[in-house]
Amino acid sequence: MKRSAEKVGWQPRANGCSLPAHGCDRKNGYVRGFPGPESHSQIHHIAHNGGLYKRPFNETFEETPMLVAVLTYVGYGVLTLFGYLRDFLRQWKIEKCHNATERDEQKDFVPLYQDFENFYTRNLYMRIRDSWNRPICSVPGAKVDMLERVSHDYNWTFKYTGNIIKDVINMGSYNYLGFAENTDACKKAVAEVLSQYGCGVCSTRQEMGNLDKHEELESLVARFLGVESVLAYGMGFATNSMNIPALVGKGCLILSDELNHASLVLGARLSGATIRIFKHNNMQSLEKLLKDAIVYGQPRTHRPWKKILIIVEGIYSMEGSIVRLPEVIALKKKYKSYLYMDEAHSIGALGPSGRGVVEYFGLNPEDVDIMMGTFSKSFGAAGGYVGGKKELIDYLRVYSHSTVYATSFSPPVLQQIIASMKCIMGEDGTTFGKFRIQQLAENTRYFRRQLKKMGFIIYGNEDSPVVPLMLYMPAKIGAFGREMLKRHVGVVVVGFPATPIIESRARICLSASHSREILDTALKKIDEVGNLLLLKYSRHRVLPLLDRPFDETTYEETDD
Amino acid sequence: MDLKQIKDYIYWLYFQYLLVTCIYVLEPWERSVFHTITITVVAMVVYTAYVFVPIHVRLAFGFFSQVFGSQTENTL
Ligand SMILES: Cc1ncc(COP(=O)(O)O)c(C=O)c1O
Repeated sequence: MKRSAEKVGWQPRANGCSLPAHGCDRKNGYVRGFPGPESHSQIHHIAHNGGLYKRPFNETFEETPMLVAVLTYVGYGVLTLFGYLRDFLRQWKIEKCHNATERDEQKDFVPLYQDFENFYTRNLYMRIRDSWNRPICSVPGAKVDMLERVSHDYNWTFKYTGNIIKDVINMGSYNYLGFAENTDACKKAVAEVLSQYGCGVCSTRQEMGNLDKHEELESLVARFLGVESVLAYGMGFATNSMNIPALVGKGCLILSDELNHASLVLGARLSGATIRIFKHNNMQSLEKLLKDAIVYGQPRTHRPWKKILIIVEGIYSMEGSIVRLPEVIALKKKYKSYLYMDEAHSIGALGPSGRGVVEYFGLNPEDVDIMMGTFSKSFGAAGGYVGGKKELIDYLRVYSHSTVYATSFSPPVLQQIIASMKCIMGEDGTTFGKFRIQQLAENTRYFRRQLKKMGFIIYGNEDSPVVPLMLYMPAKIGAFGREMLKRHVGVVVVGFPATPIIESRARICLSASHSREILDTALKKIDEVGNLLLLKYSRHRVLPLLDRPFDETTYEETDD
Repeated sequence: MDLKQIKDYIYWLYFQYLLVTCIYVLEPWERSVFHTITITVVAMVVYTAYVFVPIHVRLAFGFFSQVFGSQTENTL
């Protein structure tokens, strides 16, 4: 039942975990059939491994209430039945068919549109499609303006009415430190650079596209992260998917967290290395895989693996959990493997001075072999970086596809990163950066505490600015998005395939640009909608999964 | 005033029914199909109950009174 997504060959997606059957029993080796003796008592999880952690690590995943799970499946059942009815009507040309179909010439070939995902898109996603891809027409700061849009044919096509929905509270952008704005010093610096350098570069880094600004950025980022050297790219996704293949190849082993981002999954697959998946943030699972890898070596030949690379993320963007870095590093040292950490969401957002997970746990940046991150979140720009030892970066400069073949960074974007990073580091002579980091941490704690108090089920670490609010039922995904927008709060709702099929959720991202007043308004609206849609599922029963002794019955190995 | 509250409450219940069964996201004609089916099933259940339950209760009553109270002769 639980084979890895990699193995089954599903499309790469945000979490690498996609089978419906994974839904209820996927995390950390917790299988519903084998609840531990303490699974019904309330356990607030504090890491056992006290010695490694310098601060409390409170991460909770509340159990899905049984009734809710059953009703969710009933809902999907009804939708599936009606989906079949509609497919039948379309097939017999009783109703007009809007979706893509095979052409007549293709009739005898392998069917293209008959698998579950197409069925899902056609019959389930289409009905609530209005909650996604809404065009916005302003800076995605604390408030945004949205284009109003209507559909007269049940979401198959949309029409713009020409009206603008003004001042929608933005709870969806990854604008953690509030640098997506058009008013402050960053904008001035960007405008200056734009008038000096123009916008495009029109060449790659290896040819005529290496500006002094690029060098400046890289040395600045290296200083910020505390690593020897840094390489920056124009796109975060490509940073992952193009650098992993440059680092590992055939004969190497990748140990990847099951909820890793699609870019990491893609990179791992492109590399040709063997991929094994460990349970989300579960160190026992990781250790078992490491041990097995060392003991048995490669399949069949039993030669030792050339390299073992552990791939984790800083903050997981769908679960709001923070990687257990101290333990990962301890394991990595014990078994002499390498560690690749994607700090896309955590850089800037965690740690007393915004330097990410490493600083949050008070560790040494040298212990992480490859530090990857993106500029598209906290810094309000675009692009990604890879940091590490000088030899590693020099190697990547020559071998990574995205340095050799991709046109380099646009100078205004570069300048935005430089300006915002200097602001965070306090090198612009102000304390705005520090203030923003504090504001974000405060907002996070406040918002999470309030939501918990209201009785919503909230996942993840109490310090993570990504707050997943569980919705579960498919109709509530659409209803939550619509009702919140009616109340002028923009939220991102997420369903299958980005999450397991029953764990649909709304993902709220906090920002330093949210004032207390804005947060209170948003909380009031969420409370209102929560009552209207009966979303307050919480029974305050926390899954004791992370600290449960790891036993063989709860673990199924992924074969290669 | 009270009437309005009751009306609101009934509307809220109906809304919950829409959400839980997912007919909230269906098109109007699909909703009517669903409602028709539900109403038919419920009506049939009620009607069957109305017709058969009294008979069964009477039979069961007769049976149990025979089993437990064999002295008191029952003349049905
Ligand atoms: C963990 C992770 N890695 C990489 C990326 C891709 O970054 P970018 O959006 O800058 O291409 C994302 C983006 O969502 C992410 O969440």
